[in-house]
Amino acid sequence: MRNRMELEFSALSQNESFARVTVAAFIAQLDPTVDELTEIKTVVSEAVTNAIIHGYEQNGEEKVYISVELNDDTVNLTIRDHGVGILDLEEARQPLYTSKPELERSGMGFTIMENFMDEVKVESASGQGTTIHLMKYLSKNKALCN
Amino acid sequence: MSLSINLEVRHPVLLIRLDGELDHHTSEELRDRVDTIIEERKIEHIVLSLEGLSFMDSSGLGVVLGRYNKVKSFGGEMVVCSISPPVKRLFEMSGLFKIVRLEADEQHALATLGVA
Repeated sequence: MRNRMELEFSALSQNESFARVTVAAFIAQLDPTVDELTEIKTVVSEAVTNAIIHGYEQNGEEKVYISVELNDDTVNLTIRDHGVGILDLEEARQPLYTSKPELERSGMGFTIMENFMDEVKVESASGQGTTIHLMKYLSKNKALCN
Repeated sequence: MSLSINLEVRHPVLLIRLDGELDHHTSEELRDRVDTIIEERKIEHIVLSLEGLSFMDSSGLGVVLGRYNKVKSFGGEMVVCSISPPVKRLFEMSGLFKIVRLEADEQHALATLGVA
């Protein structure tokens, strides 16, 4: 059965925790493992932090949008901002690459998303914003596929 | 859920105990408090004790790497101990264990730095 929810919140760092905990609470109904829940919380934190720091350059007047769709044992997450966009997507996805070394960013955000999710798609246009689609099969589903 | 930061100086080592969640929001306070102590108390080495750390993301990796660079510039080192499997996985993914030493617990970590 398809089940959806949407979130919209101010691009403030104190909402990073709110975002990952809320998404995890919604996904809990699929009975994920503790590891799966940690992975999903981590990727939400990565994408939301990117939107706040890079997309909006910490302008808390702006908004971050999350939608989550559950379909059987598949989780589809979309995290969107209307910020500056990513100029070079390939470069941004390289491990340890960061456009803001002065802020001590580790450059591991996309690498973590790629490691923890089954699919990562990024759409971005300069001046228009960035949308990250993340998909994960929960383990019950994986066992059936194998 | 926020982050509780406990800092204890055993000269020349700074023992940092973290409890809670280390993300972009909470990493800023950690960076400010640790950097102040490093400067004021002439700290050479850092022990990061992470038993109570329930969540960490790449912002946490960034602040750890930044503090490592700081002590390394004085010829010091950083040791991590009591790390949980999810946090350990992030350290492994980012290659942090190539520069930061891992010990089982605080006592072992401090002993290797001669202050136990």
